Amino acid sequence: MIAIGLEGSANKLGVGIISHPSPGKPAQILSNLRHTFVSPPGEGFLPKDTARHHRSWVVQLVKQAMAEAKVTTKDVDCICYTKGPGMGAPLQSVAVAARMLALLWEKELIGVNHCVGHIEMGREITGADNPVVLYVSGGNTQVIAYAEQRYRIFGEALDIAVGNCLDRFARTLEISNDPAPGYNIEQLAKKGKVLLDLPYAVKGMDCSFAGILSSIDVLAAELKANPETKDPITGEVITTADLCFTLQETVYAMLVEITERAMAHVGSSQVLIVGGVGCNERLQEMMGLMAAGRGGSVFATDERFCIDNGIMIAHAGLLAYETGFRTPLEDSTCTQRFRTDEMFIKWRD
Amino acid sequence: MEVQAAPPVHQAPPSTQPPHLLPPIFQSDTTPQLITQGAEALLYRTTYLLPTLPCALKYRPSKPYRHPILDARLTKHRILSEARVLVKCRREGVPVPAVYAVDEREGWVMLEWVEGEVVRVRVNEWLRRRKELGVEEGVEEEVLKGLMGRIGRAIGRMHGVGIVHGDLTTSNLMLRPRSGDAVNGEGSRNAGDEVLDGEIVLIDFGLASQSSADEDRAVDLYVLERAFGSTHPRAEGLFSELLGAYGTSFQGANVVLKKLEEVRMRGRKRSMLG
Repeated sequence: MIAIGLEGSANKLGVGIISHPSPGKPAQILSNLRHTFVSPPGEGFLPKDTARHHRSWVVQLVKQAMAEAKVTTKDVDCICYTKGPGMGAPLQSVAVAARMLALLWEKELIGVNHCVGHIEMGREITGADNPVVLYVSGGNTQVIAYAEQRYRIFGEALDIAVGNCLDRFARTLEISNDPAPGYNIEQLAKKGKVLLDLPYAVKGMDCSFAGILSSIDVLAAELKANPETKDPITGEVITTADLCFTLQETVYAMLVEITERAMAHVGSSQVLIVGGVGCNERLQEMMGLMAAGRGGSVFATDERFCIDNGIMIAHAGLLAYETGFRTPLEDSTCTQRFRTDEMFIKWRD
Repeated sequence: MEVQAAPPVHQAPPSTQPPHLLPPIFQSDTTPQLITQGAEALLYRTTYLLPTLPCALKYRPSKPYRHPILDARLTKHRILSEARVLVKCRREGVPVPAVYAVDEREGWVMLEWVEGEVVRVRVNEWLRRRKELGVEEGVEEEVLKGLMGRIGRAIGRMHGVGIVHGDLTTSNLMLRPRSGDAVNGEGSRNAGDEVLDGEIVLIDFGLASQSSADEDRAVDLYVLERAFGSTHPRAEGLFSELLGAYGTSFQGANVVLKKLEEVRMRGRKRSMLG
């Protein structure tokens, strides 16, 4: 069976086509395209601009994806789209496109939970069977484990998401948003050496990033006022690279800690990292060290699957389609709030 | 059709348990016995002063993934605050293990050994037995309601003396066998109900702090509520019993329950962007 997936919950528009040859066989990725709306340095992406971007690119991307996959509309079994969570306007523009395709091609519609899409794609690609999942992106920070037909959220950010914290700090520093603000912070952090004092906010399996962002913003302002400030321990001049280094070391230590706590709690030794922040190599490295200490392993994917994409929506949607799930046209809405644990996972034991 | 192979980019091979070396003073011919590896600490069973006095040795090895400065700061802070909080709880009559000895630089603390099992294990055992017996959900739950009430009161007691736990889960609540033939009149009893007997002892204060802020107390309850819902989905509906007992356990508990609603709303809001 073949499905096409449309994703547009944030600033990436993704279209992917997947094939599930037969039960037990690995899924085949026929095409996986993405176009990103990049805002200027110092600015975030606004819903109306992002929606306009998705509207103007979606037809071209679908055509291209179909051509690359070498399939015709006859081969496609269902149209999958992101129902939520995400930003309202971009979600709506992509839902409209999905409805149009469903009517035009006379196919079934499948509304997919974005977070479940990430998890299922990560499991498919890495072969991780029943891992604890760390889902980290610009809008979500969740530690998830599967139990009784649901992906249950064990821990999450109590205020802003970790990716939002990184993105907003990139805005403070006015560094480029191309290809992604977090990526540019990561590159800067590689040159940093000095670890400055930041709050460390872990509460059980939950964590908080708003206070950390305020503190690092204050440090950035101080650095701008006195560029010659030296670190009292090493005597080295503090740079913006050190700020990025400090921010990464602190927030990733928090994420690894809450993941480890969830692993200890559910007795699992596998961990899967998904979501845009999951591309970060330092986070993957730290998670690997933690997992090795527990006699386990870490699974992560590269940017094709970590960053929002259409293929994960196609994959999760097709899993649901195969178990008989359908989204009737009149229910093919989208929603900004859609908890990971709201979706019934019929396809797992 | 082209198949796009995408191997995991970072996958460490599964290794055997690493050798966590205990500090030198514990390396003798009677090596402490490893009980469990928590997220933060290794828990050993050994003895304190007398060979007949069992004790729990909690050792926090340094975390290789953390920056050394951050690691040292967190370890020292957590060992000391844990010891301080336990001493305060014990002085005020909150059921917690006693502190025997502490070395914050080496990263260990020796605590009274608590007999019994954690609530998570007991509740799952109870739910499993009921399922086997074919008892429906929602009936004859008095004994579990009783347990939820005891948990609520124990947490209220702790909050009442100005301590928040920071990591409340059903793995951090012990059921200690009552000494003697203590009667607990908790309604009609069925076979298997005795697994939920026992006195609640709060353990693992590694993330605890001294606070009387309603916000912190509410977050404590919220953390437990979520952990309870995800660990025991079949008993999630009984959490209100816990909150009910909590509400009457100390002055100001009702304000915390109000605050809890706020914290819940904030948590729910988290599902925003992708």
